[in-house]
Amino acid sequence: MTASFLVQLTVLVLAAFLGVEVISKVPTLLHTPLMSGTNAIHGIVLVGAIIVAAYPHQATWIHVVALVAVALGTGNVVGGFVVTDRMLEMFKRRKPEPAERQEAEKRE
Amino acid sequence: MSVSLPLATVSRSDWISLAYLVAIISFILALRFLSNPAHARKGNWIGAFGMAVALVATFFQAGLRAREFIWVGIVMAVSAPIGAYAARAVKMTAMPQMVALFNGVGGGAAALIALADFHRAAPEPGTLGLRTSASIVLSGLIGSVSFAGSMVAFAKLQELISGRPIQYPGQKFGNLALLAALIGLGIAILAGYQEQWVLIVVIAGALAFGVLFVLPIGGADMPVVIALLNAFTGVAAAATGFVLGQNVLIVSGMLVGASGTLLTLMMARAMGRSVANVLFGAFGTLQVTAEQVAAAGGSVRPTTPEDVAVMLAYAQRVIIVPGYGLAVAQAQHAVRELAAELEKRGVDVKYAIHPVAGRMPGHMNVLLAEANVPYDQLKEMDEINPAFDQTDVALVIGANDVTNPAARSDPSSPIYGMPILDVDHAKNVVVLKRSMNPGFAGIDNPLFVDPKTVMLFGDAKSSVEKLVSAVKSV
Repeated sequence: MTASFLVQLTVLVLAAFLGVEVISKVPTLLHTPLMSGTNAIHGIVLVGAIIVAAYPHQATWIHVVALVAVALGTGNVVGGFVVTDRMLEMFKRRKPEPAERQEAEKRE
Repeated sequence: MSVSLPLATVSRSDWISLAYLVAIISFILALRFLSNPAHARKGNWIGAFGMAVALVATFFQAGLRAREFIWVGIVMAVSAPIGAYAARAVKMTAMPQMVALFNGVGGGAAALIALADFHRAAPEPGTLGLRTSASIVLSGLIGSVSFAGSMVAFAKLQELISGRPIQYPGQKFGNLALLAALIGLGIAILAGYQEQWVLIVVIAGALAFGVLFVLPIGGADMPVVIALLNAFTGVAAAATGFVLGQNVLIVSGMLVGASGTLLTLMMARAMGRSVANVLFGAFGTLQVTAEQVAAAGGSVRPTTPEDVAVMLAYAQRVIIVPGYGLAVAQAQHAVRELAAELEKRGVDVKYAIHPVAGRMPGHMNVLLAEANVPYDQLKEMDEINPAFDQTDVALVIGANDVTNPAARSDPSSPIYGMPILDVDHAKNVVVLKRSMNPGFAGIDNPLFVDPKTVMLFGDAKSSVEKLVSAVKSV
Protein backbone atom coordinates (compact mmCIF):
# COMPACT_ATOMS: atom_id res chain seq x y z
CA MET A 1 0.00 0.00 0.00
CA THR A 2 2.66 2.48 1.02
CA ALA A 3 4.78 1.39 -1.94
CA SER A 4 1.98 2.18 -4.37
CA PHE A 5 1.35 5.46 -2.58
CA LEU A 6 4.98 6.42 -3.07
CA VAL A 7 4.70 5.49 -6.74
CA GLN A 8 1.66 7.75 -7.04
CA LEU A 9 3.47 10.53 -5.25
CA THR A 10 6.40 10.12 -7.65
CA VAL A 11 4.02 10.32 -10.58
CA LEU A 12 2.50 13.49 -9.12
CA VAL A 13 5.84 15.21 -8.70
CA LEU A 14 7.04 14.21 -12.17
CA ALA A 15 3.78 15.47 -13.67
CA ALA A 16 4.26 18.81 -11.93
CA PHE A 17 7.75 19.24 -13.36
CA LEU A 18 6.63 18.08 -16.79
CA GLY A 19 3.70 20.49 -16.65
CA VAL A 20 5.92 23.48 -15.87
CA GLU A 21 8.31 22.43 -18.64
CA VAL A 22 5.62 22.08 -21.30
CA ILE A 23 3.52 25.08 -20.27
CA SER A 24 6.46 27.48 -20.16
CA LYS A 25 6.85 26.93 -23.92
CA VAL A 26 3.31 28.15 -24.64
CA PRO A 27 3.44 31.74 -25.97
CA THR A 28 1.39 34.43 -24.22
CA LEU A 29 -0.52 34.67 -27.51
CA LEU A 30 -2.22 31.37 -26.65
CA HIS A 31 -2.69 31.73 -22.90
CA THR A 32 -6.47 31.93 -23.10
CA PRO A 33 -6.77 28.73 -25.19
CA LEU A 34 -4.23 27.20 -22.79
CA MET A 35 -6.57 27.93 -19.89
CA SER A 36 -9.65 26.59 -21.64
CA GLY A 37 -7.64 23.59 -22.86
CA THR A 38 -6.42 22.76 -19.37
CA ASN A 39 -10.03 23.30 -18.29
CA ALA A 40 -11.00 20.48 -20.61
CA ILE A 41 -8.15 18.31 -19.32
CA HIS A 42 -9.17 18.68 -15.68
CA GLY A 43 -12.52 17.41 -16.92
CA ILE A 44 -10.75 14.06 -16.42
CA VAL A 45 -12.52 14.11 -13.02
CA LEU A 46 -15.38 12.72 -15.10
CA VAL A 47 -13.53 9.39 -15.03
CA GLY A 48 -13.66 9.53 -11.25
CA ALA A 49 -17.30 10.58 -11.30
CA ILE A 50 -18.26 7.63 -13.51
CA ILE A 51 -16.44 5.19 -11.23
CA VAL A 52 -18.13 6.54 -8.12
CA ALA A 53 -21.54 6.67 -9.79
CA ALA A 54 -21.29 3.03 -10.83
CA TYR A 55 -20.15 1.57 -7.51
CA PRO A 56 -22.63 -1.06 -6.41
CA HIS A 57 -24.54 -0.95 -3.12
CA GLN A 58 -24.70 2.64 -2.15
CA ALA A 59 -27.25 4.97 -0.70
CA THR A 60 -29.54 6.76 -3.13
CA TRP A 61 -28.37 10.22 -2.10
CA ILE A 62 -24.75 9.25 -2.74
CA HIS A 63 -25.77 7.93 -6.12
CA VAL A 64 -27.44 11.24 -6.88
CA VAL A 65 -24.37 13.18 -5.70
CA ALA A 66 -22.17 11.08 -7.99
CA LEU A 67 -24.51 11.60 -10.94
CA VAL A 68 -24.40 15.37 -10.37
CA ALA A 69 -20.60 15.04 -10.52
CA VAL A 70 -20.99 13.13 -13.81
CA ALA A 71 -23.15 15.95 -15.19
CA LEU A 72 -20.65 18.65 -14.14
CA GLY A 73 -17.71 16.65 -15.45
CA THR A 74 -19.38 15.98 -18.81
CA GLY A 75 -20.21 19.65 -19.32
CA ASN A 76 -16.64 20.50 -18.34
CA VAL A 77 -15.06 18.06 -20.83
CA VAL A 78 -17.30 18.75 -23.81
CA GLY A 79 -17.50 22.50 -23.29
CA GLY A 80 -13.77 22.80 -22.66
CA PHE A 81 -12.70 21.07 -25.84
CA VAL A 82 -15.33 22.75 -28.02
CA VAL A 83 -14.55 26.27 -26.83
CA THR A 84 -10.82 25.70 -27.19
CA ASP A 85 -11.31 24.48 -30.74
CA ARG A 86 -13.44 27.50 -31.51
CA MET A 87 -10.74 29.84 -30.27
CA LEU A 88 -7.80 28.11 -31.92
CA GLU A 89 -9.64 28.14 -35.22
CA MET A 90 -9.57 31.95 -35.13
CA PHE A 91 -5.79 32.27 -34.89
CA LYS A 92 -4.64 32.74 -38.45
CA ARG A 93 -1.39 33.78 -39.98
CA ARG A 94 -1.46 36.73 -42.35
CA LYS A 95 -2.64 35.86 -45.85
CA PRO A 96 -1.81 38.92 -47.97
CA GLU A 97 -4.46 40.02 -50.43
CA PRO A 98 -3.20 40.39 -54.03
CA ALA A 99 -2.83 44.19 -53.84
CA GLU A 100 -1.10 44.01 -50.49
CA ARG A 101 1.22 41.27 -51.69
CA GLN A 102 2.46 43.44 -54.57
CA GLU A 103 3.20 46.22 -52.16
CA ALA A 104 4.94 43.87 -49.81
CA GLU A 105 7.10 42.64 -52.67
CA LYS A 106 7.87 46.19 -53.67
CA ARG A 107 8.99 46.96 -50.15
CA GLU A 108 11.27 43.93 -50.03
CA MET B 1 10.90 -15.87 -37.21
CA SER B 2 7.48 -15.25 -35.87
CA VAL B 3 6.84 -13.64 -32.54
CA SER B 4 3.55 -14.35 -30.92
CA LEU B 5 2.55 -11.61 -28.56
CA PRO B 6 1.42 -13.05 -25.26
CA LEU B 7 -1.76 -10.97 -25.37
CA ALA B 8 -3.62 -13.47 -23.29
CA THR B 9 -1.46 -12.53 -20.33
CA VAL B 10 -2.54 -8.89 -20.53
CA SER B 11 -5.38 -8.55 -18.08
CA ARG B 12 -8.41 -6.34 -18.43
CA SER B 13 -7.08 -3.88 -15.87
CA ASP B 14 -3.81 -3.74 -17.84
CA TRP B 15 -5.72 -2.77 -20.96
CA ILE B 16 -7.53 -0.08 -19.03
CA SER B 17 -4.26 1.23 -17.64
CA LEU B 18 -2.82 1.28 -21.16
CA ALA B 19 -5.84 3.26 -22.36
CA TYR B 20 -5.25 5.74 -19.55
CA LEU B 21 -1.62 5.97 -20.61
CA VAL B 22 -2.79 6.86 -24.12
CA ALA B 23 -4.94 9.59 -22.56
CA ILE B 24 -2.01 10.95 -20.55
CA ILE B 25 0.22 11.06 -23.63
CA SER B 26 -2.54 12.80 -25.60
CA PHE B 27 -2.94 15.48 -22.94
CA ILE B 28 0.79 16.14 -22.85
CA LEU B 29 0.84 16.36 -26.65
CA ALA B 30 -2.14 18.72 -26.58
CA LEU B 31 -0.20 21.07 -24.33
CA ARG B 32 2.98 20.57 -26.34
CA PHE B 33 1.20 21.52 -29.59
CA LEU B 34 0.03 24.76 -27.97
CA SER B 35 3.57 26.10 -28.28
CA ASN B 36 2.79 27.01 -31.90
CA PRO B 37 -0.45 28.61 -33.08
CA ALA B 38 -0.15 26.76 -36.39
CA HIS B 39 -0.48 23.32 -34.73
CA ALA B 40 -2.42 24.21 -31.61
CA ARG B 41 -5.79 23.21 -32.98
CA LYS B 42 -4.56 19.76 -33.93
CA GLY B 43 -3.23 19.38 -30.39
CA ASN B 44 -6.66 20.10 -28.97
CA TRP B 45 -8.14 17.34 -31.11
CA ILE B 46 -5.48 14.94 -29.86
CA GLY B 47 -6.44 15.90 -26.31
CA ALA B 48 -10.12 15.31 -27.02
CA PHE B 49 -9.27 11.93 -28.54
CA GLY B 50 -7.32 10.99 -25.41
CA MET B 51 -10.26 12.00 -23.23
CA ALA B 52 -12.61 9.84 -25.29
CA VAL B 53 -10.26 6.85 -24.92
CA ALA B 54 -10.08 7.37 -21.15
CA LEU B 55 -13.86 7.64 -20.82
CA VAL B 56 -14.56 4.51 -22.86
CA ALA B 57 -11.95 2.56 -20.87
CA THR B 58 -13.59 3.62 -17.61
CA PHE B 59 -16.78 1.76 -18.48
CA PHE B 60 -14.75 -1.47 -18.53
CA GLN B 61 -13.34 -1.04 -15.04
CA ALA B 62 -13.83 -4.03 -12.77
CA GLY B 63 -16.06 -3.76 -9.71
CA LEU B 64 -18.58 -1.43 -11.30
CA ARG B 65 -22.22 -2.32 -11.72
CA ALA B 66 -23.17 -2.22 -15.39
CA ARG B 67 -26.79 -1.41 -14.50
CA GLU B 68 -25.66 1.99 -13.22
CA PHE B 69 -24.20 2.82 -16.60
CA ILE B 70 -27.69 3.49 -17.89
CA TRP B 71 -28.04 6.41 -15.47
CA VAL B 72 -24.52 7.59 -16.16
CA GLY B 73 -25.22 7.42 -19.89
CA ILE B 74 -28.47 9.37 -19.58
CA VAL B 75 -26.81 12.09 -17.49
CA MET B 76 -23.91 12.35 -19.94
CA ALA B 77 -26.22 12.42 -22.95
CA VAL B 78 -28.12 15.33 -21.39
CA SER B 79 -25.20 17.41 -20.14
CA ALA B 80 -22.87 16.98 -23.14
CA PRO B 81 -25.05 19.03 -25.52
CA ILE B 82 -25.49 21.69 -22.81
CA GLY B 83 -21.70 22.01 -22.49
CA ALA B 84 -21.30 22.09 -26.27
CA TYR B 85 -24.04 24.67 -26.68
CA ALA B 86 -22.56 26.94 -24.00
CA ALA B 87 -19.14 26.63 -25.63
CA ARG B 88 -20.59 27.48 -29.06
CA ALA B 89 -22.75 30.36 -27.89
CA VAL B 90 -20.33 32.17 -25.57
CA LYS B 91 -18.98 35.49 -26.83
CA MET B 92 -15.20 35.85 -26.87
CA THR B 93 -15.46 38.84 -24.54
CA ALA B 94 -17.19 36.50 -22.06
CA MET B 95 -14.42 33.91 -22.22
CA PRO B 96 -13.12 34.69 -18.70
CA GLN B 97 -16.55 33.92 -17.26
CA MET B 98 -16.71 30.73 -19.27
CA VAL B 99 -13.33 29.56 -18.04
CA ALA B 100 -14.29 30.51 -14.48
CA LEU B 101 -17.47 28.47 -14.84
CA PHE B 102 -15.61 25.40 -16.13
CA ASN B 103 -13.07 25.74 -13.32
CA GLY B 104 -15.91 25.79 -10.85
CA VAL B 105 -17.71 22.88 -12.42
CA GLY B 106 -14.56 20.74 -12.40
CA GLY B 107 -13.84 21.67 -8.79
CA GLY B 108 -17.42 20.94 -7.82
CA ALA B 109 -17.23 17.51 -9.45
CA ALA B 110 -14.03 16.75 -7.51
CA ALA B 111 -15.66 17.73 -4.22
CA LEU B 112 -18.75 15.62 -4.90
CA ILE B 113 -16.58 12.61 -5.76
CA ALA B 114 -14.77 13.05 -2.46
CA LEU B 115 -18.10 13.14 -0.63
CA ALA B 116 -19.46 10.08 -2.42
CA ASP B 117 -16.29 8.06 -1.97
CA PHE B 118 -16.01 9.00 1.69
CA HIS B 119 -19.41 7.46 2.24
CA ARG B 120 -18.45 4.30 0.38
CA ALA B 121 -14.97 3.90 1.86
CA ALA B 122 -15.93 4.69 5.45
CA PRO B 123 -19.00 2.81 6.45
CA GLU B 124 -17.51 2.52 9.90
CA PRO B 125 -15.93 5.72 11.26
CA GLY B 126 -12.25 5.39 12.04
CA THR B 127 -11.55 2.63 9.53
CA LEU B 128 -10.17 4.86 6.81
CA GLY B 129 -6.40 4.97 6.34
CA LEU B 130 -4.48 8.20 6.53
CA ARG B 131 -3.73 8.19 2.81
CA THR B 132 -7.33 7.86 1.63
CA SER B 133 -8.75 10.22 4.21
CA ALA B 134 -6.11 12.87 3.47
CA SER B 135 -6.86 12.65 -0.25
CA ILE B 136 -10.60 12.86 0.38
CA VAL B 137 -10.24 15.89 2.63
CA LEU B 138 -7.95 17.67 0.16
CA SER B 139 -10.15 16.89 -2.81
CA GLY B 140 -13.29 18.02 -0.97
CA LEU B 141 -11.67 21.13 0.46
CA ILE B 142 -9.85 22.42 -2.62
CA GLY B 143 -12.63 21.38 -4.99
CA SER B 144 -15.23 23.27 -2.93
CA VAL B 145 -13.11 26.41 -2.63
CA SER B 146 -12.56 26.29 -6.37
CA PHE B 147 -16.26 25.79 -7.06
CA ALA B 148 -17.51 28.60 -4.84
CA GLY B 149 -14.65 30.97 -5.70
CA SER B 150 -15.22 30.41 -9.40
CA MET B 151 -18.91 31.12 -9.05
CA VAL B 152 -18.14 34.48 -7.41
CA ALA B 153 -15.53 35.23 -10.09
CA PHE B 154 -18.14 34.32 -12.68
CA ALA B 155 -20.72 36.61 -11.07
CA LYS B 156 -18.21 39.48 -10.92
CA LEU B 157 -17.11 39.07 -14.54
CA GLN B 158 -20.69 38.65 -15.74
CA GLU B 159 -21.49 41.78 -13.70
CA LEU B 160 -24.19 39.99 -11.75
CA ILE B 161 -22.48 41.51 -8.73
CA SER B 162 -20.20 44.54 -8.53
CA GLY B 163 -16.67 44.04 -9.81
CA ARG B 164 -15.40 46.31 -7.07
CA PRO B 165 -13.63 44.78 -4.09
CA ILE B 166 -16.18 44.01 -1.37
CA GLN B 167 -14.69 44.71 2.01
CA TYR B 168 -15.84 44.86 5.61
CA PRO B 169 -14.08 45.16 8.95
CA GLY B 170 -12.38 42.03 10.22
CA GLN B 171 -12.53 40.41 6.80
CA LYS B 172 -9.01 39.06 6.72
CA PHE B 173 -9.23 37.81 10.29
CA GLY B 174 -12.60 36.16 9.62
CA ASN B 175 -11.33 34.40 6.50
CA LEU B 176 -8.22 33.24 8.30
CA ALA B 177 -10.26 31.92 11.23
CA LEU B 178 -12.57 30.03 8.86
CA LEU B 179 -9.63 28.50 7.03
CA ALA B 180 -8.03 27.46 10.33
CA ALA B 181 -11.30 25.85 11.44
CA LEU B 182 -11.55 23.94 8.16
CA ILE B 183 -7.99 22.68 8.47
CA GLY B 184 -8.74 21.66 12.06
CA LEU B 185 -11.78 19.64 10.99
CA GLY B 186 -9.74 18.11 8.17
CA ILE B 187 -7.13 16.96 10.66
CA ALA B 188 -9.91 15.54 12.84
CA ILE B 189 -10.99 13.38 9.90
CA LEU B 190 -7.42 12.23 9.35
CA ALA B 191 -7.16 11.39 13.04
CA GLY B 192 -10.08 8.99 12.68
CA TYR B 193 -13.13 11.10 13.50
CA GLN B 194 -14.76 10.00 10.29
CA GLU B 195 -18.41 10.85 10.79
CA GLN B 196 -20.26 11.70 7.62
CA TRP B 197 -21.31 15.12 8.91
CA VAL B 198 -17.74 16.27 9.52
CA LEU B 199 -16.87 16.07 5.84
CA ILE B 200 -20.15 17.75 4.95
CA VAL B 201 -19.30 20.59 7.33
CA VAL B 202 -15.81 20.83 5.82
CA ILE B 203 -17.29 21.05 2.33
CA ALA B 204 -19.89 23.63 3.37
CA GLY B 205 -17.24 25.67 5.16
CA ALA B 206 -14.94 25.45 2.15
CA LEU B 207 -17.76 26.71 -0.06
CA ALA B 208 -18.21 29.70 2.24
CA PHE B 209 -14.46 30.28 2.27
CA GLY B 210 -14.36 30.23 -1.54
CA VAL B 211 -17.00 32.97 -1.66
CA LEU B 212 -15.38 35.12 1.04
CA PHE B 213 -11.93 34.70 -0.46
CA VAL B 214 -12.85 36.04 -3.93
CA LEU B 215 -15.28 38.80 -2.80
CA PRO B 216 -12.58 41.32 -1.80
CA ILE B 217 -10.66 40.90 -5.07
CA GLY B 218 -11.28 43.61 -7.67
CA GLY B 219 -12.32 43.08 -11.29
CA ALA B 220 -8.95 44.19 -12.68
CA ASP B 221 -7.23 41.43 -10.70
CA MET B 222 -9.41 38.70 -12.18
CA PRO B 223 -6.66 37.36 -14.50
CA VAL B 224 -4.73 36.25 -11.41
CA VAL B 225 -7.79 34.84 -9.68
CA ILE B 226 -8.95 32.80 -12.66
CA ALA B 227 -5.48 31.35 -13.16
CA LEU B 228 -5.29 30.48 -9.47
CA LEU B 229 -8.71 28.81 -9.46
CA ASN B 230 -7.60 26.89 -12.54
CA ALA B 231 -4.64 25.60 -10.52
CA PHE B 232 -6.94 24.74 -7.58
CA THR B 233 -9.23 22.68 -9.76
CA GLY B 234 -6.26 20.84 -11.24
CA VAL B 235 -4.92 20.00 -7.80
CA ALA B 236 -8.40 18.93 -6.66
CA ALA B 237 -8.57 16.56 -9.65
CA ALA B 238 -5.14 15.18 -8.75
CA ALA B 239 -6.29 14.64 -5.14
CA THR B 240 -9.31 12.76 -6.50
CA GLY B 241 -6.80 10.59 -8.35
CA PHE B 242 -5.27 9.63 -5.01
CA VAL B 243 -8.71 8.90 -3.57
CA LEU B 244 -9.58 6.51 -6.38
CA GLY B 245 -6.04 5.29 -7.07
CA GLN B 246 -6.13 6.46 -10.68
CA ASN B 247 -2.87 7.71 -12.14
CA VAL B 248 -4.62 9.32 -15.08
CA LEU B 249 -6.34 11.76 -12.73
CA ILE B 250 -3.13 12.41 -10.81
CA VAL B 251 -1.13 13.26 -13.93
CA SER B 252 -3.83 15.26 -15.74
CA GLY B 253 -4.79 17.14 -12.60
CA MET B 254 -1.20 18.00 -11.82
CA LEU B 255 -0.55 19.19 -15.40
CA VAL B 256 -3.42 21.62 -14.94
CA GLY B 257 -2.19 22.52 -11.47
CA ALA B 258 1.24 23.36 -12.87
CA SER B 259 -0.26 25.36 -15.72
CA GLY B 260 -2.53 27.36 -13.43
CA THR B 261 0.28 28.04 -10.97
CA LEU B 262 2.61 29.21 -13.71
CA LEU B 263 -0.05 31.51 -15.18
CA THR B 264 -0.85 32.89 -11.72
CA LEU B 265 2.79 33.82 -11.18
CA MET B 266 3.09 35.30 -14.68
CA MET B 267 -0.03 37.42 -14.27
CA ALA B 268 1.06 38.72 -10.86
CA ARG B 269 4.48 39.54 -12.29
CA ALA B 270 2.84 41.39 -15.20
CA MET B 271 1.07 43.52 -12.59
CA GLY B 272 4.30 44.11 -10.73
CA ARG B 273 2.80 42.68 -7.56
CA SER B 274 3.13 39.54 -5.52
CA VAL B 275 0.37 36.94 -5.64
CA ALA B 276 -0.30 37.59 -1.94
CA ASN B 277 -0.73 41.30 -2.64
CA VAL B 278 -3.24 40.59 -5.42
CA LEU B 279 -5.25 38.17 -3.28
CA PHE B 280 -5.24 40.10 -0.02
CA GLY B 281 -4.43 43.66 -1.07
CA ALA B 282 -7.95 44.67 -2.19
CA PHE B 283 -6.45 46.82 -4.92
CA GLY B 284 -8.49 49.39 -6.77
CA THR B 285 -10.05 51.14 -3.80
CA LEU B 286 -8.10 54.29 -4.54
CA GLN B 287 -10.00 56.88 -6.53
CA VAL B 288 -8.50 59.86 -8.30
CA THR B 289 -10.69 62.53 -9.80
CA ALA B 290 -10.19 64.30 -13.11
CA GLU B 291 -9.33 67.48 -11.22
CA GLN B 292 -6.51 65.72 -9.46
CA VAL B 293 -5.14 64.50 -12.78
CA ALA B 294 -5.24 68.04 -14.10
CA ALA B 295 -3.65 69.30 -10.91
CA ALA B 296 -0.85 66.77 -11.35
CA GLY B 297 0.67 69.22 -13.81
CA GLY B 298 0.22 69.99 -17.47
CA SER B 299 -2.99 69.87 -19.38
CA VAL B 300 -4.47 67.41 -21.83
CA ARG B 301 -4.70 68.32 -25.49
CA PRO B 302 -7.92 67.14 -27.16
CA THR B 303 -7.79 66.50 -30.88
CA THR B 304 -10.06 65.60 -33.82
CA PRO B 305 -10.29 62.41 -35.88
CA GLU B 306 -9.15 64.32 -38.97
CA ASP B 307 -5.89 65.44 -37.34
CA VAL B 308 -5.17 61.93 -36.09
CA ALA B 309 -5.96 60.49 -39.53
CA VAL B 310 -3.35 62.73 -41.17
CA MET B 311 -0.81 61.81 -38.51
CA LEU B 312 -1.48 58.09 -39.04
CA ALA B 313 -1.62 58.18 -42.84
CA TYR B 314 1.79 59.79 -43.16
CA ALA B 315 3.45 57.67 -40.50
CA GLN B 316 5.85 54.87 -41.31
CA ARG B 317 5.35 52.81 -38.20
CA VAL B 318 2.23 52.68 -36.06
CA ILE B 319 1.75 50.57 -32.96
CA ILE B 320 -1.79 50.01 -31.72
CA VAL B 321 -2.08 49.47 -27.97
CA PRO B 322 -5.43 47.84 -27.25
CA GLY B 323 -6.86 47.70 -23.75
CA TYR B 324 -9.99 46.19 -22.31
CA GLY B 325 -11.86 49.41 -23.12
CA LEU B 326 -11.57 48.44 -26.78
CA ALA B 327 -13.30 45.15 -26.14
CA VAL B 328 -15.99 46.77 -24.01
CA ALA B 329 -16.77 49.13 -26.91
CA GLN B 330 -16.69 46.18 -29.38
CA ALA B 331 -14.22 48.13 -31.49
CA GLN B 332 -12.04 45.16 -32.54
CA HIS B 333 -13.37 44.97 -36.10
CA ALA B 334 -13.16 48.72 -36.61
CA VAL B 335 -9.56 48.66 -35.41
CA ARG B 336 -8.68 45.90 -37.84
CA GLU B 337 -10.28 47.93 -40.63
CA LEU B 338 -8.21 50.95 -39.63
CA ALA B 339 -5.04 48.84 -39.66
CA ALA B 340 -5.91 47.46 -43.11
CA GLU B 341 -6.54 50.97 -44.42
CA LEU B 342 -3.16 52.14 -43.10
CA GLU B 343 -1.36 49.11 -44.51
CA LYS B 344 -2.79 49.91 -47.93
CA ARG B 345 -0.86 53.15 -47.64
CA GLY B 346 2.31 51.27 -46.78
CA VAL B 347 2.22 51.98 -43.05
CA ASP B 348 3.70 49.23 -40.89
CA VAL B 349 1.10 48.37 -38.24
CA LYS B 350 1.68 46.20 -35.16
CA TYR B 351 -0.30 45.53 -32.01
CA ALA B 352 1.33 45.73 -28.58
CA ILE B 353 -0.34 43.33 -26.17
CA HIS B 354 0.25 43.71 -22.45
CA PRO B 355 -0.02 40.41 -20.54
CA VAL B 356 -2.92 41.73 -18.45
CA ALA B 357 -4.81 43.43 -21.28
CA GLY B 358 -8.25 41.91 -20.88
CA ARG B 359 -9.80 39.94 -18.08
CA MET B 360 -7.78 36.73 -18.29
CA PRO B 361 -4.33 35.65 -19.48
CA GLY B 362 -4.04 36.14 -23.25
CA HIS B 363 -7.60 37.47 -23.56
CA MET B 364 -6.78 40.39 -25.88
CA ASN B 365 -5.11 38.08 -28.40
CA VAL B 366 -8.27 36.01 -28.69
CA LEU B 367 -10.43 39.11 -29.11
CA LEU B 368 -8.24 40.43 -31.92
CA ALA B 369 -7.89 37.03 -33.56
CA GLU B 370 -11.68 36.89 -33.62
CA ALA B 371 -11.64 40.17 -35.56
CA ASN B 372 -9.32 38.49 -38.10
CA VAL B 373 -6.16 40.25 -37.00
CA PRO B 374 -3.34 37.91 -38.14
CA TYR B 375 -1.47 36.61 -35.11
CA ASP B 376 1.96 37.56 -36.48
CA GLN B 377 0.95 41.21 -35.96
CA LEU B 378 0.21 40.63 -32.27
CA LYS B 379 3.39 41.36 -30.34
CA GLU B 380 3.94 40.68 -26.67
CA MET B 381 5.34 43.32 -24.37
CA ASP B 382 9.01 42.31 -24.21
CA GLU B 383 9.15 41.91 -27.97
CA ILE B 384 7.53 45.22 -28.88
CA ASN B 385 8.90 47.56 -26.20
CA PRO B 386 12.23 48.28 -27.96
CA ALA B 387 10.25 49.16 -31.14
CA PHE B 388 8.45 52.16 -29.61
CA ASP B 389 11.61 54.27 -30.05
CA GLN B 390 11.33 53.95 -33.84
CA THR B 391 7.55 54.34 -33.87
CA ASP B 392 5.88 57.42 -35.30
CA VAL B 393 2.49 57.01 -33.68
CA ALA B 394 1.39 54.91 -30.74
CA LEU B 395 -2.38 54.60 -30.82
CA VAL B 396 -3.68 53.74 -27.35
CA ILE B 397 -7.25 52.47 -27.45
CA GLY B 398 -9.05 51.86 -24.18
CA ALA B 399 -5.84 51.07 -22.29
CA ASN B 400 -4.65 53.08 -19.34
CA ASP B 401 -2.69 51.58 -16.46
CA VAL B 402 -0.53 49.37 -18.72
CA THR B 403 0.78 52.52 -20.46
CA ASN B 404 1.33 54.56 -17.29
CA PRO B 405 4.95 55.79 -17.13
CA ALA B 406 4.51 56.39 -13.38
CA ALA B 407 5.00 52.64 -13.02
CA ARG B 408 8.60 53.19 -14.10
CA SER B 409 9.41 56.50 -12.48
CA ASP B 410 7.17 57.28 -9.50
CA PRO B 411 7.83 55.15 -6.40
CA SER B 412 4.72 56.62 -4.74
CA SER B 413 2.43 55.28 -7.48
CA PRO B 414 0.40 52.21 -6.49
CA ILE B 415 1.46 50.53 -9.74
CA TYR B 416 5.16 51.38 -9.30
CA GLY B 417 7.22 48.42 -10.54
CA MET B 418 4.58 47.04 -12.87
CA PRO B 419 6.08 46.30 -16.29
CA ILE B 420 4.43 48.62 -18.82
CA LEU B 421 4.36 49.20 -22.55
CA ASP B 422 6.82 52.02 -23.31
CA VAL B 423 4.22 54.01 -25.24
CA ASP B 424 5.80 57.31 -24.18
CA HIS B 425 8.92 56.43 -26.19
CA ALA B 426 7.03 56.83 -29.48
CA LYS B 427 7.32 60.12 -31.36
CA ASN B 428 3.60 60.81 -31.03
CA VAL B 429 0.98 59.30 -28.78
CA VAL B 430 -2.73 59.32 -29.49
CA VAL B 431 -4.97 58.20 -26.64
CA LEU B 432 -8.54 57.22 -27.44
CA LYS B 433 -10.55 57.53 -24.28
CA ARG B 434 -14.18 57.87 -23.33
CA SER B 435 -13.53 60.65 -20.82
CA MET B 436 -10.92 61.78 -18.36
CA ASN B 437 -11.89 59.16 -15.79
CA PRO B 438 -8.91 57.25 -14.45
CA GLY B 439 -8.40 53.60 -15.40
CA PHE B 440 -9.68 50.48 -13.73
CA ALA B 441 -7.15 50.78 -10.94
CA GLY B 442 -8.14 54.41 -10.43
CA ILE B 443 -4.63 55.79 -10.83
CA ASP B 444 -3.76 58.98 -12.66
CA ASN B 445 -1.68 58.69 -15.80
CA PRO B 446 1.03 61.29 -16.60
CA LEU B 447 1.04 59.98 -20.18
CA PHE B 448 -2.13 61.98 -20.82
CA VAL B 449 -0.42 65.30 -20.03
CA ASP B 450 2.80 64.43 -21.88
CA PRO B 451 3.50 67.17 -24.50
CA LYS B 452 3.60 64.60 -27.31
CA THR B 453 0.25 63.10 -26.37
CA VAL B 454 -3.06 64.11 -27.89
CA MET B 455 -6.40 62.81 -26.65
CA LEU B 456 -9.29 61.76 -28.84
CA PHE B 457 -12.35 61.61 -26.60
CA GLY B 458 -15.42 59.52 -27.30
CA ASP B 459 -16.63 55.95 -27.54
CA ALA B 460 -13.77 53.79 -28.83
CA LYS B 461 -15.82 52.18 -31.57
CA SER B 462 -17.23 55.38 -33.05
CA SER B 463 -13.86 57.14 -32.71
CA VAL B 464 -12.10 54.37 -34.61
CA GLU B 465 -14.84 54.32 -37.25
CA LYS B 466 -14.40 58.07 -37.72
CA LEU B 467 -10.66 57.50 -38.05
CA VAL B 468 -11.22 54.88 -40.75
CA SER B 469 -13.29 57.21 -42.90
CA ALA B 470 -10.94 60.13 -42.22
CA VAL B 471 -7.91 58.06 -43.27
CA LYS B 472 -9.76 57.01 -46.44
CA SER B 473 -10.22 60.67 -47.41
CA VAL B 474 -6.66 61.81 -46.61
